[in-house]
Amino acid sequence: MSVLVWVEHDNASVKDATLAAVTAAGKLGDVVALVAGSGAQAAADAAAKIAGVSKVLLADDAAYANALAENVAPLIADLMVGYDAFVAPATTTGKNIAPRVAALLDVMQISEVIGIDGDQFTRPIYAGNAIATVTSSDAKKVLTVRGTAFDKAATEGGSASVETVSGTGDKGLSSFVGAEIAKSERPELTSAKIIVSGGRALGSGEQFHALIDPLADKLGAAVGASRAAVDAGYAPNDYQVGQTGKIVAPEVYVAVGISGAIQHLAGMKDSKTIIAINKDEDAPIFQVADIGLVGDLFKVVPELTEKL
Amino acid sequence: MKVLVPVKRVLDYNVKPRVKADGTGVDLANVKMSMNPFDEIAVEEAIRLKEKGVATEIVVVSIGEQKAQETLRTALAMGADRAILITAEGPVEPLGVAKLLAKVAEEEQPGLIILGKQAIDDDNNQTGQMLGALLGWGQGTFASKVEVSGDSVDVTREVDGGLETVKLKTPAIVTTDLRLNEPRYASLPNIMKAKSKPLAAKTPADYGVDVTPRLSVVKVEEPAKRTAGVKVADVDELVGKLKALGVVA
Repeated sequence: MSVLVWVEHDNASVKDATLAAVTAAGKLGDVVALVAGSGAQAAADAAAKIAGVSKVLLADDAAYANALAENVAPLIADLMVGYDAFVAPATTTGKNIAPRVAALLDVMQISEVIGIDGDQFTRPIYAGNAIATVTSSDAKKVLTVRGTAFDKAATEGGSASVETVSGTGDKGLSSFVGAEIAKSERPELTSAKIIVSGGRALGSGEQFHALIDPLADKLGAAVGASRAAVDAGYAPNDYQVGQTGKIVAPEVYVAVGISGAIQHLAGMKDSKTIIAINKDEDAPIFQVADIGLVGDLFKVVPELTEKL
Repeated sequence: MKVLVPVKRVLDYNVKPRVKADGTGVDLANVKMSMNPFDEIAVEEAIRLKEKGVATEIVVVSIGEQKAQETLRTALAMGADRAILITAEGPVEPLGVAKLLAKVAEEEQPGLIILGKQAIDDDNNQTGQMLGALLGWGQGTFASKVEVSGDSVDVTREVDGGLETVKLKTPAIVTTDLRLNEPRYASLPNIMKAKSKPLAAKTPADYGVDVTPRLSVVKVEEPAKRTAGVKVADVDELVGKLKALGVVA
């Protein structure tokens, strides 16, 4: 089986989510990586070095600059004549593009795959409250895969060739206006080894930053937030961890003032070690936490930051 | 401009899903069912567009069992104008739903189709994008802001690193994210009024669409459970644990 993998990149380098997708695709067959972009030669060269990638396809065109699904999906669907499966990381970009590819191929997509065993795919449903195992009768498979469920392929060791491909370019349906991407010195949430997340108990945006940020900086951690904290305006939406936000699985997840709603647990319960700080000893977060500290976060967190 | 809003009847988001003992799925017998929350946001957005004078008519459509009529009545009570219920035996996958919606769109000729980004039962996040492909329309997925002007719509999207704005030629697809709006509650008079709003009954056969599932479910299981760990007495003990984990020196 040959598998085409969507490479998420910033023209210069390959994003981490791609590496897990390469590992997942490797379970299906021979992995060919597609780099679509504008001025993306460096990203294609980086993709060629990923262990397990046998070939890189580079589609370099102004129409592919911002990964607009309207332009990129037909490119992929045309290329799929030569492949048995398409795998994209379940990022906002992958989730935007892959179903459009699936429909063009008349295939039912399998979303957010967390396990591949022969022809069986496992995926969470109901916010991770149930795990479904499915098989597909479609001749070609289209999958998005959850980055936290597969090991990252090594970024060095491969020596794939880079082949240039072209597609139908701009479909004239959409254009990119602009982006507000938060710049941060901290690690990216979905690939961070340590995450410190704050909940509604922090009480305000000022207190959120005054308490969570210094602790995160001390630990070299990324900052996350519960949906309740985001809804209350204490933190921006791209901090959100949970069913409706980002799915994370760091080595250490520190939940501060987070009660542990199902929707939050769905986003972080695969973390290796969970540490919870909460004043309510009956909070559901303690049912999943490896280490719990019952206490007033306004006292405990500054003390912890100071003693680390 | 007409706006089409597909809605899905799902297990209420406050109800904890229980996996059936025989592993065939999640138990939906005698539990509260509601409109998918992302679809409520879609209905609300359509109503706001109508209140601004941008939308002229809101048509809601649901595909599912007969009881999905209740979900459509809820949308009508919120402010939609009329409804279409396509009754289908058994589950219809996003691809089948998208094919049916494409046929409805051909008949109705909406300027916008606003959908929830995903349903909270199957968590597929596919239907809007698939519909975009089938109709050959642009798609603004995971929207936190929608601005219609002339024959285009600017959609601000929630993306991994922040926000991104795209301009789409209409007709176009929008899928909603949580922060787009806060849906209203239907008032009692409006609930009463909704009972007399038109609701057309259809089947997939009326549209000539084959909705046979492509995926088969082998089994549905409970996720692996985490067990509660230890509680520490104070910050010093926590620091000790963190040191033991190698998190801090």
